[in-house]
Amino acid sequence: MSDLPLRSQLAVALGRTAAKMSRIAGRGDGSVIGGRIGLRLDPELLTRLAKDRKLVLVSATNGKTTTTRLITSAMTPLGEVATNAFGANMPTGHVSALASAPTARYGVLECDEKYVPMVLAETGANIVALMNLSRDQMDRAAEIWLLAGKWRRALEASPNSHVIANCDDPLVTWGASTAKSVTWVAAGQHWREDSWCCPECGGPLDRQDTGEDSDWRCRQCHFARPRPDWALHGDLITAPDGRTFGLTGLSLPGRANRSNALIALAVVAQFGVPPEQALPLLSQVTSVAGRYTTVEHEGRSIRLLLSKNPAGWLEAFDVLQPPPGPVALSINAQGPDGRDTSWLWDVDYRILRGRPVWVAGERRIDLAARLEAAEVAFTLVDDIDQAVMAVPPGHLDVIANYTAFQNIRTRYGRVV
Amino acid sequence: MSSDRIKIVWIYPDLLSTYGDQGNTIVLERRAALRGIPTETVNMRSDEPVPQDGDIYLLGGGEDRPQILAAQRLRNDGGLQYAAQRGAVIFAVCAGFQILGHEFGGEEGQPVPGLGILDIHSGRGQTRAVGEVVGDVSAELNVPRITGFENHQGATSIGPGAKPLAKVISGIGNGDGSGFEGAYAGRVLGTYMHGPALVRNPGLADLILTWAVGRQLPPIDDSWAGRLREERLNAVLT
Repeated sequence: MSDLPLRSQLAVALGRTAAKMSRIAGRGDGSVIGGRIGLRLDPELLTRLAKDRKLVLVSATNGKTTTTRLITSAMTPLGEVATNAFGANMPTGHVSALASAPTARYGVLECDEKYVPMVLAETGANIVALMNLSRDQMDRAAEIWLLAGKWRRALEASPNSHVIANCDDPLVTWGASTAKSVTWVAAGQHWREDSWCCPECGGPLDRQDTGEDSDWRCRQCHFARPRPDWALHGDLITAPDGRTFGLTGLSLPGRANRSNALIALAVVAQFGVPPEQALPLLSQVTSVAGRYTTVEHEGRSIRLLLSKNPAGWLEAFDVLQPPPGPVALSINAQGPDGRDTSWLWDVDYRILRGRPVWVAGERRIDLAARLEAAEVAFTLVDDIDQAVMAVPPGHLDVIANYTAFQNIRTRYGRVV
Repeated sequence: MSSDRIKIVWIYPDLLSTYGDQGNTIVLERRAALRGIPTETVNMRSDEPVPQDGDIYLLGGGEDRPQILAAQRLRNDGGLQYAAQRGAVIFAVCAGFQILGHEFGGEEGQPVPGLGILDIHSGRGQTRAVGEVVGDVSAELNVPRITGFENHQGATSIGPGAKPLAKVISGIGNGDGSGFEGAYAGRVLGTYMHGPALVRNPGLADLILTWAVGRQLPPIDDSWAGRLREERLNAVLT
């Protein structure tokens, strides 16, 4: 920090003050406003703050925040780690995260998919972890094929960055394959509706699922799944040296989090933290920015699950209590959610048949029409409170998209 | 209808299925079933030939590169042009709508040849049209006001061989400055509205089904779809 030019030190100090004011005013954690002011005063601030640190960038459509948290936890043996733990995943958030941990030699930064090229160019991050790409908020997000193409150019221009990439996702594999060095991780892919075609030539991708493994290759060109260095089979992982480790101790539920944990293990291994040391640290993560939190309210245990797009819903369904466990769904369509609700029709809701289902949120009528077409019985409610009071005391799973999730979190207490 | 059931062919879900396009298939199946008409749906990937015996062909939205691939494969296949000639029903959304025309704009704006099934020309517009769209449908189709969500950068002009589907009340529509949304000719109909369009607009879904079965259909209970349509219209127009 003291190596920073005077102007940058001033930028950091003012940014920090602004962040503090924002927190006092109750307008969030202040990381965006703080970073914005810092970058306004010194446009090179991110590059300067990144200098002499070992940085990890984490990007994907789903699982960015959780995986960032898992990696950060597993890196604690290395010393202080700077991180944007609250999902402020653009350069303003990165500046705040690094500025608020001036002595940290390590940093783990969640990065919005679109910003990977820019943040990589500015920070020269040592490691880039790329996990999955699927359709998401099409009214404001980039088209994913285009996005993967930008990753390719950015990684080609950053030969000193090592990439950890999920080779079960063909588009991620394509996006990562221009990197000079890659660790391929077979972290699984459950949502496949965006990867029927070869990203390289557009030809059909042939898949071979053998229960143990899931191979893919293009029928028309050379593009095929690379041989994985790390693999996940059920809750057992195989490390590059052939040793196997169980993930049964993981506190976060579901196969998506087993994938996230595997990516985290591959990342920290690059820094010399072996799986046997990392695994207990991964298990200490029990909820991430409210996700997977269980809140007790009026005798009900309400578990909060965040799902923002079709692939995310698939993973949320994977962790529901078994039927007939009740579930409440809440959908909004404000800016951060995407204002277009058409993606609801890409989700297969039939899995909810045979459970009590409550439907809430600003766009509950969209969801009602969707569930009716899927022949899922449901009850429309004005808000989640009504659903909570309608279920018998016990467990209730709540799945909500972004702003709906934040509303519910605020209602029941912001437990991190 | 060639047999006792409606055969629905969903064209290229591997390339053209970006905006909940599956919803249009689901809603047609459901509205037919509620009238006791069985359906058979074929999800036809782009490495398969276009079936010749479909009653309704559906094309959805897609990104630039998949759109170009889909147009190439459909041109080489020739099956959809044949289906149009024999009077099959075709309903196309967004990228699929553009593919039905003579040409459309590729990722750099370059002209890409379409199928020439519908007399429209598309290019790349200056700005992206993103948001709710509402339109009053051409009177001869007898479909109430339609609502959808548009997300495209196309500029589509309608030639003398086709008619506008609707006049835009709110939103952008075809993006060529005409104030029109979508186009149709005979039993081929295209629109920029996803949402998906046939979910939000039961009247439009029934028009497609009526064309396929060749007779008027009895009304059914539209409860949720009807409420959704009302809610979206109110959200935009009030």
